[in-house]
Amino acid sequence: MSTAVVGSRSSTPEPSRNYHVPGETGVWVFILGDMVVFAIMFATYLYYRGKDVALFNTSQLRLNPDFGLINTLLLLASSLLVVLAVGLVRAGIHRPAQPLILGAMACGGAFSVLKVIEYSGKLDVGITPQTNQFFMFYFVLTGLHWFHLAIGLAVLAYMYFSARRTSLDIKQFAWFEGAGCYWHMVDLLWIVLFPLLYLVN
Amino acid sequence: MTVLAPLLRTRTSAVWLLLTVATVLSWALGTHHGLTIAILAIAFVKVRFVGLYFMELRGAPPALRTVFELYCAAVFLTLSVMYLLS
Repeated sequence: MSTAVVGSRSSTPEPSRNYHVPGETGVWVFILGDMVVFAIMFATYLYYRGKDVALFNTSQLRLNPDFGLINTLLLLASSLLVVLAVGLVRAGIHRPAQPLILGAMACGGAFSVLKVIEYSGKLDVGITPQTNQFFMFYFVLTGLHWFHLAIGLAVLAYMYFSARRTSLDIKQFAWFEGAGCYWHMVDLLWIVLFPLLYLVN
Repeated sequence: MTVLAPLLRTRTSAVWLLLTVATVLSWALGTHHGLTIAILAIAFVKVRFVGLYFMELRGAPPALRTVFELYCAAVFLTLSVMYLLS
């Protein structure tokens, strides 16, 4: 089983007939654990917001939601590229998957450039994590997410080099798929973080 | 591009388009109307779609899929209630 080669359409998991854990099971322990940690931080944010709604609302007006919007669209586009790359590799088509993974990395890179512009814009006008509780949450939550994205870029690099192999065995493909799921988690967490910090008022 | 064509003609691509439209919609709702619960609801519908289609959890064993679906529902409800009580 472990020596079988992923490369035919028949290995495509058929939803609802043959259940298939996308990626290594261990990857899911990590992904779900991380999602729970972020959920606790989201709730903590709203708890402190509840204690001083006025401060959080006026501080939030100093954020530019356009950054959040563009970053969300970049991550969604990168996720689609990763989905397509996984689909190609599953079908045994490896080479064309590589530029797609590079494209996803470029989206992650663009996200990072925008984060630098956004952070430096805040620091330029004297806004730091010490400014108030809202900005403490803003920097900590977006910073932690950015840290996950940086790991995600390394994970995408792993996918890129995996796709260079002529074939992947079941285990190698599971890691490849799991890596894709990690990247989707970076997207998923931002989908909640963006409205929570920039839009909820 | 020819190898991509069959992959692009899938429900997953349609889901991506939907997610993109929903993102712009919630941005517009947030910046112009401030409909928070609608924005949170859209966010968690998006999260669910990312899980089911991008992470391919719709084909996962029921236990894994259920854990994910419960996560979406529980976090959405918790955050909504916390927002409404604040």
